[in-house]
Amino acid sequence: MKRWNYSLLAGCILSGAVLALALVGQFWTPYDPTAMDASVRNAAPSLAHLCGTDNFGRDIFSRIMNGAFTTCFVAICTVLIGAVGGTLVGAVTGYFGGPLDNVVMRVNDVLLSFPSVLLALVLVSLMGPGTANIIAALGILFIPSFARIVRGEYLRLKNQDFVWSARIMGAGNLRIMFVHILPNLFVSMLTTAAVGFNNAVLAEASMSYLGLGVQPPETSLGRMLYEAQTYLFNAPWYAIFPGVTIIIIVLGFSLISEGLRERESRG
Amino acid sequence: MKYVLKKVITLIITLLCISAITFGAFSVIPGDAAVSKLGVNASPQQVEELREEMGLNDPIPVRYLSWLSGAVRGDFGDSYQYDNTTVASLLADRLPVTALLAAMSFLMILALSLPLGILSARFSGKWPDIGINLATQVVMAIPSFFLGIILTYVFGLVLHWFQPGQFVQPWEDLGACLGYLAFPAAAVALPKIAMVVKFLRGSVLAEMQKDYVRTAYSRGNTKGMVLYRHVLRNAFIPVITFLALVIAEILAGSIIVEQVFSVPGVGRLLITAILNRDYPVVQAVVMYVTALVVVINFLVDLLYQAVDPRIKTSG
Amino acid sequence: MKKKALKKLLSLVIVLTVAVALCACGGDKSTDEAAGAEGAEESAGEAGQADAADNNSSQAGEPTTGGSVTVGMTQDLVSLDPHVISDAGTRSVVFNLYEGLVKPTTDGELVPAVASDYEISSDAKVYTFTLRDGITFHDGSEVTVEDVKYSIERYAEIYGESSALSIILEEVVADSENNTVELHLTEGNSELLPELTLAIIPASNEDPAGNPIGTGPFQYVSYTPGQNLVISRYDGYWNAERKAYLDEVTFKFLADVETAYMELQAGTLDILDYLTTDQVATLADGYYVAEGSMNMVQALFLNSGSGPLADARVRQALNYAVDTQSINDFLFGGKSKKIGTHMLTSMAQYYNADTENVYSYDPQRAMELLADAGYADGFDLTITVPSSYSQHVSTAEIIVENLRAVNINAQIELVEWNTWLTEVYMGGEFESTVIAFDGTLAPSDWLERFCSDSAENFMHYSNEEFDALYEKAYSAVDQEEKSQYYKEAEMILAEDAANVYIQEPADFVGIRDELAGYSFYPAAAYDMSVIYYKSAE
Repeated sequence: MKRWNYSLLAGCILSGAVLALALVGQFWTPYDPTAMDASVRNAAPSLAHLCGTDNFGRDIFSRIMNGAFTTCFVAICTVLIGAVGGTLVGAVTGYFGGPLDNVVMRVNDVLLSFPSVLLALVLVSLMGPGTANIIAALGILFIPSFARIVRGEYLRLKNQDFVWSARIMGAGNLRIMFVHILPNLFVSMLTTAAVGFNNAVLAEASMSYLGLGVQPPETSLGRMLYEAQTYLFNAPWYAIFPGVTIIIIVLGFSLISEGLRERESRG
Repeated sequence: MKYVLKKVITLIITLLCISAITFGAFSVIPGDAAVSKLGVNASPQQVEELREEMGLNDPIPVRYLSWLSGAVRGDFGDSYQYDNTTVASLLADRLPVTALLAAMSFLMILALSLPLGILSARFSGKWPDIGINLATQVVMAIPSFFLGIILTYVFGLVLHWFQPGQFVQPWEDLGACLGYLAFPAAAVALPKIAMVVKFLRGSVLAEMQKDYVRTAYSRGNTKGMVLYRHVLRNAFIPVITFLALVIAEILAGSIIVEQVFSVPGVGRLLITAILNRDYPVVQAVVMYVTALVVVINFLVDLLYQAVDPRIKTSG
Repeated sequence: MKKKALKKLLSLVIVLTVAVALCACGGDKSTDEAAGAEGAEESAGEAGQADAADNNSSQAGEPTTGGSVTVGMTQDLVSLDPHVISDAGTRSVVFNLYEGLVKPTTDGELVPAVASDYEISSDAKVYTFTLRDGITFHDGSEVTVEDVKYSIERYAEIYGESSALSIILEEVVADSENNTVELHLTEGNSELLPELTLAIIPASNEDPAGNPIGTGPFQYVSYTPGQNLVISRYDGYWNAERKAYLDEVTFKFLADVETAYMELQAGTLDILDYLTTDQVATLADGYYVAEGSMNMVQALFLNSGSGPLADARVRQALNYAVDTQSINDFLFGGKSKKIGTHMLTSMAQYYNADTENVYSYDPQRAMELLADAGYADGFDLTITVPSSYSQHVSTAEIIVENLRAVNINAQIELVEWNTWLTEVYMGGEFESTVIAFDGTLAPSDWLERFCSDSAENFMHYSNEEFDALYEKAYSAVDQEEKSQYYKEAEMILAEDAANVYIQEPADFVGIRDELAGYSFYPAAAYDMSVIYYKSAE
């Protein structure tokens, strides 16, 4: 009798719902997310506007669909950059070891001990705001955490039997690293990616909230909160719905990573 | 002693490296400080004069050294954005505020997360644990700035417990200042409380699996006795390191939350400096926070060693 | 030419810096409804807005003499030396300390101050000023014609080529017999009066910046850089009827807009300007809002040098397509003044109000014009906006929406202020941009940049008819004739659709309830002499 993995299930439902909404939003939204309408400015949620409207009379629900897509897009790109970069760094240092490994990992540890928001702020102040820059900045930031995990796995796996046999069969280092060892990292990478995705969502939201991330007229959940704060008194729903969307995404993915870990430990 | 010395040297090297990297990074970005100070259409001669005056014509290593020698004495140069204002005086104004905010959040974290974590571990699998677990899971998913927005709305705009934006400087009225800072401090602290609770629970439960605990049970101790007499002392060791990380996170959290509550602290200074490309300020703030994080890590290492002498060898 | 451009740029920079005050100035529903009273549901929108009375009501209440006031500023002063080239904020403050031969009124007229009378020769080559009898400096010494001569010459030397006056000034003749000062010019120029608001200072003062002495209604008390400037009433002011009411005024320099607003909310400031509509909506009890103008012209400036925008029909189409009223409503609660050309409405003598009616919001008409010009399917347009000015960013957002309705695919490109200056303003490399300009009381200062050969013509605008009219207007001596030509030139800018003129953005000033008298000038001026505490009744 297989026990249900409730965390995984709940996580998939929550994040799946938001992702589906974001995807649908690319093809259809109840209203044009950028269309302004002076007659319904800062209107409270109603059947016509599920989440109300903003200061320009734009439908907040439609904007959330678009904003969630941008946020998730940024997060996915970030995680991809982090995963690819981290895998390269982690694989090389973990597989070969030596002084290079020592130095790189020292740097890694220092970077990891820093609050990521601060580092992101420094990078953004160097590169300037904007979606592409945010992706680049956050992506770079995510390399160390992936690198550490990957390095650990390579250290563990490089002396295992299957690697030895591959070597005896004449496989080169590159082939061993990426064809033989890499596929074994799938599950641990998945967990790291789920955690990373969450951090990326939060980081994007923070940056955009500070006005340093996504720039108008493009929108993201963080950008919406930035705009909403001025209207907190007149239109609290403008802040609440995008904020709740962020919470759902993050909660969903942390449940997923929890569930994955649970499954792993149960074997 | 040797261990401490080694750590101190590492600390200094780390700080030097980071200062050199940030200085280098801010020096190579496009945009000439003299031009931006004068306006773009200033005559080349004026620009040249100002460059000379600001020392921008020197090679980067020379400028770094002069910056460093100033920085050690607490002199970070002048702000670009505010005329006639030194970075040091800007920081001096803002640091106490942020320090106060961080201290308040840290106290909140300690006061709430330790009892909750122990409670959760004590009743693991029972309803208090399940409740706490669920709550931490949700709270951890809330971005601190959104929490700040919610607190502003509920306590500021609806209940009128405080007037958003009406921050009072601590030296004017400490009571009013603390009353105001309680809300941003809570916004910073809550997600961290959830993290610490979760971590502590895990740490305690892991410790409970160990042999000596079983021995203690076999001697007829109750669960509570085992927990308080034996387990907690050991379970706290990893929590201390974790708390050090939390301090760094508090600083990061306050950068954003200061923005939400219009608290004129270091975080706000940093954000406006970034938006206005006021690099001397950005650089100084980054160095300050970096130094703080590194020093805290250093102290934690020392503390850790004091609590658990086994670490000595691995330093 | 360089230096002149620098001065212009400086004032532009600073004015825009001040305008950052409009951060996140989304139009806010409750504010505009406060005036319109259409929405009952929003009536809970906090105090302040209900007090958002019009300018006149602030004049009510019996004036009393005495009291002190603290005014918030989000910048420090450049210098207290009135002849140093400085920004609008500094000029607004030192307005209280110094006076020129003439000074502006709230209507933008120039009336005699240090001079009691003036005369301009019919060829506009000689300006003759009669010194006011018995007028004294703050240190008690009498103003002499030598002081006037010294001040004008000092100003002319410092400003050099950035001032029309110093370029054509031949000599200043001080006649102590008749108590007159004559300015002889190398060529006729009837628009020099606005420059003669330049401060008259004593020739004997060796340190005008550190020990400022003038003839204004207030005198210098102390200045702490980064902190404040304190001034007090000058009891020996020449105009006994217009002596200042207040004993003392403190200008407090604050780090940023948010801090300034916080101080206002906390009650440590009595007056703060450039509030956003949202700040107006949440203003604490005990304050009211005076509404004026920022004295700036906000527009979607178009590069007519190339591309679709070189076609006047396309530019006209943009004018029909952009809903300027909704921008005003969204961002300024409808309180901004509509404009149709590049001139302040408050410069009534020169402003051509007919330009406001040249275009109306008419997307249909816009489509027709676009079709005529061969752009029935629209085109791509980039709007470059300095990212730090959220007022302009929001405006651009609305424009993008408006243009989409007529098939024009507009994109916002946010750039840093520095980049904007280099690429757009200095380099003229852009398609369109949203920005606001300020200027002096001289009409030429506003319109010169549209001449084909002007160095400030970053829009590459070129219209021979305009050039000819501007030339005629500039050289005209007769005021009637001059204003007629200028108005015609302004009409060309409107009809030829040089730009899409949006508005003269509203300035909201938060003022303590007990105070009255706040007045708006079409020039850089915080006139503290007219502010008073209302008598308690």
